[in-house]
Amino acid sequence: MTGTATIDTGVLWTVIAALAVGSFALRFVFIGLVGNRPMPAWLLRHLRYTAVAILPAMVAPLVVWPAATGGQPDAARLAAAATTMAVGLWTKNVLAAILSGAGMLWALQWLLG
Amino acid sequence: MPASTAKSFFWKAVRDSIPFVFVAGPFGLLFGVLATEANLDLLATMVFTTTVFAGAAQFTALQALNDHMPTLIVIISALAVNLRVAMYSAALTPWLGNAPFWQRALAAYFTVDQSYALSVAQYETRPDMSIPERMAYFFGTVALIAPLWYLCTLAGALLGARIPESWALDFALPIAFLAMIAPMLRTPAHVAAALVAIVTALLAAGLPYNLGLLVAGLAGMMAGARVEAAAERRAGVA
Repeated sequence: MTGTATIDTGVLWTVIAALAVGSFALRFVFIGLVGNRPMPAWLLRHLRYTAVAILPAMVAPLVVWPAATGGQPDAARLAAAATTMAVGLWTKNVLAAILSGAGMLWALQWLLG
Repeated sequence: MPASTAKSFFWKAVRDSIPFVFVAGPFGLLFGVLATEANLDLLATMVFTTTVFAGAAQFTALQALNDHMPTLIVIISALAVNLRVAMYSAALTPWLGNAPFWQRALAAYFTVDQSYALSVAQYETRPDMSIPERMAYFFGTVALIAPLWYLCTLAGALLGARIPESWALDFALPIAFLAMIAPMLRTPAHVAAALVAIVTALLAAGLPYNLGLLVAGLAGMMAGARVEAAAERRAGVA
């Protein structure tokens, strides 16, 4: 967070209201309105890969260009990401992956000062 | 005894969600801290987190607000990050579409990365589950996580900037998401989807308004669908 001036109260509440309505609408459109009507096979085939596509797409820039280092690639964060992924693939255990990733990050930050 | 099996699926979901306590906890805490640092008061922070209920979108909006982007851009970029929940909702529909309307409306609010990922994994392993059992499982996945998310946001807002920078809380999000992705890479199609999404996201990072995320997500989904279709054709020939 780099901003200095205070966020305008009107803007803030407009954003909160719009996001509250918008986020619910995005979640409701299929499960609420489409309901039990059948969806085409090609759509379902794509939807199976939603999570494994969107989540990595969201994470990749954060790993390579972390905001905390001003967008410069950072050895500790790269190693932490690689460790998390490797342990996750190996153990299939979310918690073990998180703990080893965080451990790697803290250890390297301490070592590299 | 459908009621008792529904109850046992609820508790199974609560147990399955325990690893995500370590995701939602730090994540909620971080949102509270960053919102306070951005000068949001306690009321705004809590209304934000309870009504929007979407970590990544909340962080995106907060960052954009802090950068004093135009209001409309703040809203569009946060909703773009959240477009994936529409896809989660669509992916859950074949499993939950026959449930009563009020349950589907409530499930819509609670559709997040964790509830979607856990529930779909469970439904695929046990396709014989009844609709009430599936709903019980779905709500079980958030029974612990949602209250924890609200409480940790509150704790973060009250703690404010007192969390030392050396904790590198900024990286809680990438680590949590990576840890969630790894066990999902079950087939070559899943791996292809993830790899294409990563490469596209890095190449398209310069696109304005978070469009790179959407382009990369779609590219990854198309790659996964293509590889799956090719594998089915090969299996059909063999």
